[in-house]
Formats: sequence, C-alpha cells, structure tokens
Amino acid sequence: MKEEFTITAYTENQVGLLTRLSAMFSRRKINIESLNTSPSEATDIFRFTIVIRETEEVVRKLVRQVEKQVEVLKVYFNTDTEIVWQEVALYKVPTDVIAEKVKVERLLREHGARAVVIRKDYTVFEVTGHREETDNLVQVLEPFGLIEFVRSGRIAIIKASNGFHEKLREFEEENPGEETSTNLYLNQKEAVFSM
Amino acid sequence: MTATQTKTAGQTTPTEQISGSEIVIRALLAEGVETVFGYPGGAIMPIYDALFDYQEQLHHVLVRHEQGGIHAAQGFARVSGKTGVVFATSGPGATNLVTGLADAMIDSTPLVCITGQVFAHLLGTDAFQEVDVINITTPVTKWNFQVTDASEIAPALAKAFFIAKSGRPGPVVVDITKNAQIQETDFAGYEPCKFLRSYRPKPIVRTEYIREAADLINAAKRPFVLFGQGVILGNAEREFQDFIEKGGFPAAWTLLGLSALPTEHPLNVGMLGMHGNYGPNVLTNECDVLIAVGMRFDDRVTGRLDRYARQAKVVHLDIDPSEIDKNVKADVPVWGDCKETLPLLTALLEPKTHPEWLQRFREHDLEEATQVIFDELHPAENRELTMGEVLRYLNELTDGEAIVVTDVGQHQMVASRYAKFRQTRSNVTSGGAGTMGFALPAAIGAKFGAPDRTVVAIAGDGGFQMTMQELGVIQQEGTAVKIMILNNRFLGMVRQWQELFLNRRYSFTDIVSPDFVKVAEAYGIRGAQVSERSNLKNAIQTMLETPGPYLLEVLVGKENNVFPMVPQGCGVGEIRLR
Ligand SMILES: Cc1cc2nc3c(=O)[nH]c(=O)nc-3n(C[C@H](O)[C@H](O)[C@H](O)COP(=O)(O)OP(=O)(O)OC[C@H]3O[C@@H](n4cnc5c(N)ncnc54)[C@H](O)[C@@H]3O)c2cc1C
Ligand SMILES: Cc1ncc(C[n+]2csc(CCOP(=O)(O)OP(=O)(O)O)c2C)c(N)n1
Repeated sequence: MKEEFTITAYTENQVGLLTRLSAMFSRRKINIESLNTSPSEATDIFRFTIVIRETEEVVRKLVRQVEKQVEVLKVYFNTDTEIVWQEVALYKVPTDVIAEKVKVERLLREHGARAVVIRKDYTVFEVTGHREETDNLVQVLEPFGLIEFVRSGRIAIIKASNGFHEKLREFEEENPGEETSTNLYLNQKEAVFSM
Repeated sequence: MTATQTKTAGQTTPTEQISGSEIVIRALLAEGVETVFGYPGGAIMPIYDALFDYQEQLHHVLVRHEQGGIHAAQGFARVSGKTGVVFATSGPGATNLVTGLADAMIDSTPLVCITGQVFAHLLGTDAFQEVDVINITTPVTKWNFQVTDASEIAPALAKAFFIAKSGRPGPVVVDITKNAQIQETDFAGYEPCKFLRSYRPKPIVRTEYIREAADLINAAKRPFVLFGQGVILGNAEREFQDFIEKGGFPAAWTLLGLSALPTEHPLNVGMLGMHGNYGPNVLTNECDVLIAVGMRFDDRVTGRLDRYARQAKVVHLDIDPSEIDKNVKADVPVWGDCKETLPLLTALLEPKTHPEWLQRFREHDLEEATQVIFDELHPAENRELTMGEVLRYLNELTDGEAIVVTDVGQHQMVASRYAKFRQTRSNVTSGGAGTMGFALPAAIGAKFGAPDRTVVAIAGDGGFQMTMQELGVIQQEGTAVKIMILNNRFLGMVRQWQELFLNRRYSFTDIVSPDFVKVAEAYGIRGAQVSERSNLKNAIQTMLETPGPYLLEVLVGKENNVFPMVPQGCGVGEIRLR
C-alpha cells in the first residue's frame, strides 16, 4: 500500500548532489511531492527533506541506494506519525476585499493566517501548518480574488531522533564504531537504518 | 617554476608553482598509473601538452573513438585489478564515454575518466563543445566532480581514485575546465585520499550474522552456492575456494563470476541463468539453503522471481547493503567484503561432503550433455560449424590459460558456457549492460593489463562492426590481440528470439558484413577465414601461434541457437533444453 513517507537525508554540501538524488527518484518514475534543502543542526551538513507517496518496500530500497551515494552520510525515512512537520504557505489577496468584507478577515484569523505585508493594493498572508490546512485556505480565499498562492516544501523533525551531532562525530572517526553501522536487521522494528 | 616553502605538520615541504595540467600528470603517476586510453581535443589540450613530457612514464594509447577508449580501460581494469584511466575532450568527446560509463557502472569496474571542459567563465553559455558533462554522467557514475580551479585538481583526483577502487568499485568522472588546466598554482606534492566522512566503502562485519549464517548452512542438507563478480572484485578467490571445499558445497557462477573458480574444480557445477547449465537452474528450486556470494541476483540469473528458490533459506554475502533484499529476500544478510566475511564463515563450518546432492548435479549434467552439449561441441559431419566446436578447439589449444573477452550475443553465451579457465580475471564481458562493440576495445585494454597472457577477443559479425575502427589501435601499438569473429550472417541472439518467440519474423536481423580479413589486412593485421571443419583447428592454432595480432573469421551456421534457455518471464525450473 502506498503511503506518504518523509525522507530525511544528511549530506555534504556539494554542487550536483541535488541532481544525483532527484535522478534516483525520477529514474523510478516516482514523483517528488515536496523537496526542501536546508542546513542542519550539524555544522556544514546539509539536510534534504523529501516527501513521496510509495510503498514501504520501494522506499526502503530507494533509501538504501540514496544512502550509498558518496556524499550522503545518512538517510532516514518516516511515516507522518513519526515526525513533526510543517509547510509554509503565502497568499496574496486584494486589500480592498479584506477591508470591505469582515467575513474574510474572520476566515483568515480562523486559519491562523498572519499578515506579512499590507499594501494599498494587496496583502500577503502567511500560514504555517499541514498540507490540508494550507490547502483549505486556498479554497476559502478563491472566491475573494486570491491573486497568488505558493507553498514551501515540507520540513520535518523526526520525533525519535537525537540529532546528528553524535552521528557526525562517529562518521568523522576513520574507524567508526559499530554504532555508525547500525544494521537494519539488528533493529528491524525501527524505521531507521543505516550502514 | 618557482620554489617556495610551506609548513605542513611541523615539517617543511617544498611547494612549486606548476600548471593544473602538470598536476594531473603528477597525480596519475603518484597513483601508479602507467597506461591511459584517450583522445585529444581542444578542451583537454593543455593536459595532452603536459603529457608530452612524460611519455616515458605514462603510456598513452590513442584510441579511435572515446567509447573504444573507455571499453579498453574497462578491459584493462578487469584483468589487472587496477583502475582504468581515460582522457577525453569536452562535448562530443565526453558524451562518447557515456555508454562505457553505464557499462562500467553496472559491472562495478573501477575507472577514472578525465574530461576537458570549456573555460569556467564560459560554463552555461553554450560555448563551443560545451556539454553539461556532470549532469549527463551523474546517473552512470559512482561519483563525478567538476574542477574549475587548478588548486582543486589534486584533491579531486585523489578522491576520484579512492572512490573508484574502494568498496564496490565503479567509474568516476572528473571534468576539468580549461582555465584550471592552464592555471599555475602552488603544488606541495600529491596526497592520496584514504577517508571521506560521508563514504563508507565497506559496511562493518557483524559477527552475529556470521554465526547465524553458519548455523543455517551447517544444518543444510542441500546447500547450494552461487558466486559472482564480488569474489573477483574482493580478490577473494582463495577464501572462496576454502569456503566451498570445507563445506563441500556445489557452486555455480554468474556470467561475471566466471573464472573466479577453475572450470575443472570438482565443486564447480556450472553457469546460472538464462543460458546457464541445466542442473544449476533446476536445482536452485530444490536446494534448502542458497548461499549467494558477491552476486546481485540479476534478472538474467533469476528469471521470474516468484518462481525462484521459494523453498530455500537465503544467505546473501554482499558488500553493498542496497543489494540485500533488492531482488531476492535474504534470511541472513552477511554484509561486508567477502574477503573478510568468507574466512569468518569458513571457520564456523563443519567439514562436510554432500555426495548425493552433488550426484543430482551430475545427473542433470548428463541430461544436458546428451541433449545439448555433445552436439554443440561435436556436431555431425553434415552440420555447419558450431560456435561450440570453436570453443572446444580454443580450450584445447590454450589449455584454459587464455583471457577470453567476449562481445554480446550468442557467441558470448556459447563462449561463457564452454570456455575453460584455470586462472581468475580471465573472462571479460559486458554483463549488466550487454554493450555490443565491447569486445575488441576491451581486449586491447586487457592486453595492456596483462601483457604476458594470451588475449582472445570473441565477437559476432554484428558487434564487431560497432567498434572495429579500434583495429587502428592494434595497428599503431602492435597490440597482440587474437580476434575471432564468429560470423553467422545474422544478429544471432535477436534472430534466435525472433525464431522462438516471434514466428521467425526476422525483422532486420540479417546483416551484411565486409570482408573482415581484408579489413584486418588494411590495418596491417594478419588474418584468415575458415568455413571448413577440417581446417578449423589448424586455423585457430595458426591464429594463436602467429606472433602479434591476428584476426580469424569463422563462418558458423546461420541459424544455430543457444540452449538451454530460460525464456523471459519463466522460472528457472522451466528451463528449456531445446
Ligand atoms: C546477452 C546476455 C545474456 C546474459 N545471460 C546471463 C546468464 O544466462 N547468466 C548470468 O549469470 N548472467 C547473464 N548475463 C549477465 C547478467 O546480465 C549480469 O551481468 C550478471 O548476472 C551479473 O553477475 P554478478 O551479479 O556476479 O556481477 P555484478 O553485477 O558485478 O555484481 C556483483 C555483486 O557483488 C557485490 N560485490 C562487489 N564486491 C564485493 C566484495 N568485495 N565482497 C562482496 N560482495 C561484493 C556487488 O555489490 C554486487 O552485488 C547476460 C548478459 C547478457 C548481455
Ligand atoms: C549496442 C547494442 N545494441 C543492440 C543490442 C541488442 N542485441 C543484443 S544481442 C544482439 C545481436 C548480436 O549479434 P552479433 O554481434 O552478430 O552476435 P551473435 O548473437 O550473432 O553471436 C543485439 C542486436 C545490444 N546488446 N547492444
């Protein structure tokens, strides 16, 4: 059964790595639903957050191949219940509509929208939340002349993770301890694995 | 050149100002490279200019097409165990490498390919012969990197050599812009790379699994070992032989595992897969423990997965964690270099023999011999020449000591099935990609990699014509390669499928060829054609005994088929003998 997985990859900051990783998805005709790159908690280590809909088996195999790439240190994959995640959306609406219609202002408040820019001609609101929440507001605003809408990629925190500092120290050891090479089969119940 | 002094780690190292190109050459020499296959052009001219002064130390082989260059480097790497090195220019020079990169990637061949690139300030401007080499080669390289400054060259090449050869080997591309080649920079000597924090060439061996595997194997009644190229890549032939001998396991090889175990070894039960032997395929579905060593369960090996070894417990020894469970689920995964894991496992084995189980293989061998092999190797007088009898004579005359490099098609399958080997690294073929045109250039490279051995290229009339311009290399270098073209006047392998599965509709598989002997002659290479059985052995003997290169064209039967065969979409148990 296909479900949503969030893949978190800790990598070196290397030009071309994005192509290498995204090609691994497109090769299998897997659509990347969302992709975000950012710094991570560890200095100089990048963090990719990639969301796809696939079966666990496909994800597991794919993730192993991603982790094998020379500049990738570690990859985790998680279902939605195992992570805390957010996306940011921006909405541009005509200012006069909002000013005139009290209802709109109420709706915006109900959806937790925050005005980022207010000009005479338009206002930009921001909502942070899950996909459904940001999507809902689009529906709501459409009748009121929504001018522009954009949503960021998902960013996610893994609930069970202790962060990457410790792992990175292990990776920097020339002869890593067994911990670095956590074997999937030793902790099969964990959705996390590594080499 | 100006010499200055810099301090590193408490001691002074003299640095000099040299060009990026000079650094490239020095790096290659420091890595112990002696042979480079390549082709010059505008964007790599500075490197070629630097090379001019090092011709004594670094032998450059001028190929006739960059694809030939990379296949030659593959042949070189496969027989020598060293990393093959290729030079190509930007644009079309680099794109001509792509087929070879894909081939080396899937067959895990260590290569360092250095491509010239346009000046850095022109990147992205559609400059003359600018091609986005990094993006084009990304899916077919283990690693690639673009260098735009001379100071990056030495560390990039050090990384390249480390990555290409370590762990599961593979091809890497280092793309160097022309300005970086020309630029002068401080050079304090070449520092090989031994460690990258983001790269674990080998997973750590888990003794728990060794124990678990040993228990499973010790309890097995009908254990069966499948071995692949991983045994060769890990230089673990000795360890492998100790392993199967202690446990008394019958062992069958994949196309790329061929020659890791001598053909005549009593536990060598033959070839796996689509055109493999009868016993190994059928008995895959009867063994109780399947032990896969350094092989990746390619679909040409397994046939239909839902009919593959369902009854067996699977132990999989592989260096690459992503291979575990990829195609066949492993009950016990033994991650690691088999050079390390095999001895650990052997130590825990109970010494055993399995005479009855081995007997089952013998029975199937007999069946295959009577129905297929005998006729292929000893065809009736009235039959046209078979590829099998060519191999039989070749075996007799080389005593299994030759390196056999095959192209792709029927002759490849026949050669693999029947060639006998005494030494490892003696079979070179394009396995995962099946690249026609591989044999001639790969054989040339193989001869450079193993100059003291006899190298025989075996190609079909189709594949040979894909890269036959590389005869020019033989002419120029005098490379003593023996070439056998098994000419069936067809694209035989495709024709066989058309015959068996498409009602003999021979859609564009009859192929006309030039007079190959005359072609060879035009390149100053001696040759002959043989079509009579009575002359065959002599002709092969002449080929082998004539000093230097030689081309022998053998006219074999037009519509002979390769059997046994596991038809596509069938299970290994459904293997057909005719
Ligand atoms: C026309 C045609 C027909 C073919 N028919 C057949 C056929 O009938 N039978 C057949 O077998 N093949 C056939 N092939 C070849 C097939 O496509 C594959 O290339 C081949 O089966 C792969 O063999 P392999 O798994 O041993 O090698 P590779 O593909 O090279 O895989 C090697 C494996 O070993 C692992 N490894 C590497 N180094 C180590 C190490 N140090 N320690 C442990 N593990 C290591 C790797 O991770 C990998 O999993 C055919 C090809 C063609 C073109
Ligand atoms: C570059 C490339 N193109 C096409 C094919 C498909 N193909 C596989 S085998 C084969 C026929 C090979 O014919 P030939 O070289 O004459 O050898 P034979 O099978 O007759 O021994 C073809 C066309 C291929 N493997 N490689």
